[in-house]
Amino acid sequence: MAEPGFVRRYLFSLDHKVIGIQYLVLSMFMALCGGAFMVLMRMNLAWPGVKWPLLGALFPHAMQSGIMKPEFYLSLVTMHGTVMIFFVISLALASGIANFIIPLQIGARDMAFPVLNMLSFWTVVPACIVLLSSFAVDGGAPAAGWTAYPPLSAVRTAVPGSLWGQTLWIVAMALFIISFTMGGINFITTILEERAQGMSLFRMPLTIWSYLISSALGLMAFPALFAAVVLLLCDRHFGTSFYLPSGLFFGKKLLPNTGGTPLLWQHLFWFLGHPEVYVLAMPAWGIVLDLFPVFTRRPVFGYRINVYCFYAIAVLSLMVWGHHMYVSGMSPYAGELFSLATLAITIPSAVLGVNMLASLWGGAIRFRLPMMFAIGSLVMFGSGGFGGMFLGNATSDIQLHDTYFVVGHFHLMIGGVTLLATFAALHYWYPRMFGRMMDETLGRIHFWLTFPVFYLIFVLMHFDGLAGMPRRYYSWEKYDFLAGVRGHQVWISLLAFLLGAAQLLFVYNFFHSIRKGRPAEPNPWDATTLEWQPETSQVYRWPYDYSVPGAATDFTPQNTK
Amino acid sequence: MTNANKGGRAVALAVWLLAAAVVMLAFSRRWLPALASDHGAGVDRMLHFTMLTAGILIVVCHGALGYMLWRFGGRERAGFRPVSERSQRRWSLAAAVFMALVAEGGVLAVGLPVWAQYFGSSAPANALTIEVTAEQFAWNVRYAGPDGVFGRTDPKFYTLDNPVGVDPADPRGRDDIVALNVLHAVAGRPVRIRLRAKDVVHSFFLPNFRVKQDAVPGMTIEFWFTPTREGRFELACAQLCGFGHYEMKGILIVQSPEEFRKWFEEQSRG
Ligand code: HEM
Ligand SMILES: [Cu+2]
Ligand SMILES: [Cu+2]
Repeated sequence: MAEPGFVRRYLFSLDHKVIGIQYLVLSMFMALCGGAFMVLMRMNLAWPGVKWPLLGALFPHAMQSGIMKPEFYLSLVTMHGTVMIFFVISLALASGIANFIIPLQIGARDMAFPVLNMLSFWTVVPACIVLLSSFAVDGGAPAAGWTAYPPLSAVRTAVPGSLWGQTLWIVAMALFIISFTMGGINFITTILEERAQGMSLFRMPLTIWSYLISSALGLMAFPALFAAVVLLLCDRHFGTSFYLPSGLFFGKKLLPNTGGTPLLWQHLFWFLGHPEVYVLAMPAWGIVLDLFPVFTRRPVFGYRINVYCFYAIAVLSLMVWGHHMYVSGMSPYAGELFSLATLAITIPSAVLGVNMLASLWGGAIRFRLPMMFAIGSLVMFGSGGFGGMFLGNATSDIQLHDTYFVVGHFHLMIGGVTLLATFAALHYWYPRMFGRMMDETLGRIHFWLTFPVFYLIFVLMHFDGLAGMPRRYYSWEKYDFLAGVRGHQVWISLLAFLLGAAQLLFVYNFFHSIRKGRPAEPNPWDATTLEWQPETSQVYRWPYDYSVPGAATDFTPQNTK
Repeated sequence: MTNANKGGRAVALAVWLLAAAVVMLAFSRRWLPALASDHGAGVDRMLHFTMLTAGILIVVCHGALGYMLWRFGGRERAGFRPVSERSQRRWSLAAAVFMALVAEGGVLAVGLPVWAQYFGSSAPANALTIEVTAEQFAWNVRYAGPDGVFGRTDPKFYTLDNPVGVDPADPRGRDDIVALNVLHAVAGRPVRIRLRAKDVVHSFFLPNFRVKQDAVPGMTIEFWFTPTREGRFELACAQLCGFGHYEMKGILIVQSPEEFRKWFEEQSRG
């Protein structure tokens, strides 16, 4: 057979490794967009109403004469949130790295359905294009938040972004869900069907376990959002009233709708929205739990218990969506049940956290970059989790709901835990991807500008939230009760710019090292898992045989008898 | 090996310093807005309980993590002693039991009684009822007037002059007092809010009162609280409702009974 040409090899490739890297590159591009939106937001929050003539030239409409319009701020919030969750973290961690690593770690040739795999990537590309192009349509990008609550998102005159931008948001989400579903089916089938001889389920690395369970969770949760956006589309364009009750009054006009309820959307959205957090966090935990043994030279602590925790968290996470709705008008009795269910999740989460910590005990810790980022991810997990104790509890959530406490909390969890785990994973598997190492010095600078800075930014936001600072605000100038914390905004913004700039270092390092990096050894981290053992067809042991007494080396690969 | 450990102690130090920063920030000022409601003391108790337990956990966990990084960083070889299945199970059990006590115990013992008081009970008979109808980007306020009964409303009567749609044919509505963005209440007298919305979801947030409730079109949501002291307090919208969300500010004026009566009579006459 002839060598595949460039198009077959790099564009419409069926090779899971190439597709994984395609996902990663796309997610990096989207991260630059999401980061740019963040910079614009933070500029306005630190210096509200200030003129930025250069930006005025760039966005003649949204920043007329250089001053940001409130509706443009809302578009930025919405686009930042949507892009970061669905098109950065999901693409990088739950699609990109999964694609690359699943077949390699279980000793499969490729994904179970390579064509489906290619299709899923090429479905998400148009989703990105559709979403970003919403800046160019009449009314601008969607502005109802990443949660898109109707009627704001359903009535086209409710906010400029709801004119056309919201429709594009719906189309982008639908495409994304289709793509994500194809990916999930592929991951699950591959893990269940394509494992090498001897790779029993309980010999799989925890990374694989986490992808198996989180993919199943995604498949259960995403259909709810798909249904929700289809109904929203109908309400917007075909005169239905799923989310619209009677008596709505816009622009001096009574709308003809009758019979719907805005709460239906909230239930459907959060039925996905909460599990989605775990769809993203679980792979991060799996990766952290797998990297610790490599860089401590000790087996992971509580292997089976961690798997059961994954299961418990996945099941519980489908029953806690109501904690986003304590003050939504939902029945207060439901609020009590959701409180208890939510705090039940802290139990397996705490077990995971303790097991991560305990995995370090007695090790010979090697502070290489993957390890440093994995430790950073653990720190975010701990602190973010403790913030969750406030928000999961209906009583304290009365005060904290929709304040910056929430913004700080979810950034630590779905921002910090997942982002740092992604960096850990990329540094770790880079040599397997490109046969070279990423630059260590640049990497360390990037780590030190990312981990503590990220932590400080979002810890500060927690405290602003305690002071009552509401989120999705264009400015807080009008409120005296916030006089004491308004001053933080400049600090947060400066730190955020530093953080944003540091990410450029990573992108540079990633692309630069493809050609210029130090050539890597075949098993640069002395790891046991199959991706570092060429041509394996038979597995004899679990992946955590480090420092086995009497063994020749301090690691015994899975394919060693 | 020394190379591998480069930066290890720095990571340990960073972990400790970040925990120290959290603690310092926590004590650097009073973060919660000054309290002005009855049930709010219960909310604050819940918040303080969680701050304390989460704070201790943050210090202990960061401390332990930093210690391990410091102690085990760059060692030549890992300890050989394998951890037995039993001690793995024990540690997990300990973590589970501890978390169950702190988190679920906190909800059950400290949280839910307050929640039940706030949401689960109906307002006392002497409560002052205020109807608040949110719209982009204002709070329409209505009192029942001297007859103590609200007039019937219907969206079809919405006009600029009749923002809450009081039925002109209903005699009980003639004396209703309608105001914009300013609520009056009495210190010590419970307030019952009847919350509605005309267009999108808003949220009625009184930071000093530990009160937050979404206003949802199509629903009338009732809840109550008791102001404990006089003053002017800010009302903010806490649910994204459009480009004016950040400006949707109201004022709650808590007065003495005499001042309130005077204001009420003025309005009724006017
Ligand atoms: C680089 C550092 C980042 C900074 C400084 C930052 C900052 C912000 C700010 C200021 C907001 C607006 C809050 C508001 O007005 O309510 C926001 C919202 C949000 N961010 Fe980030 N962000 C960062 C990274 C991320 C990452 C990595 C994620 C990934 C999950 C993320 C997800 C979100 C989401 C989901 C929202 C909510 C959007 C909404 O309210 O609809 N952010 N962020
Ligand atoms: Cu949730
Ligand atoms: Cu609002």
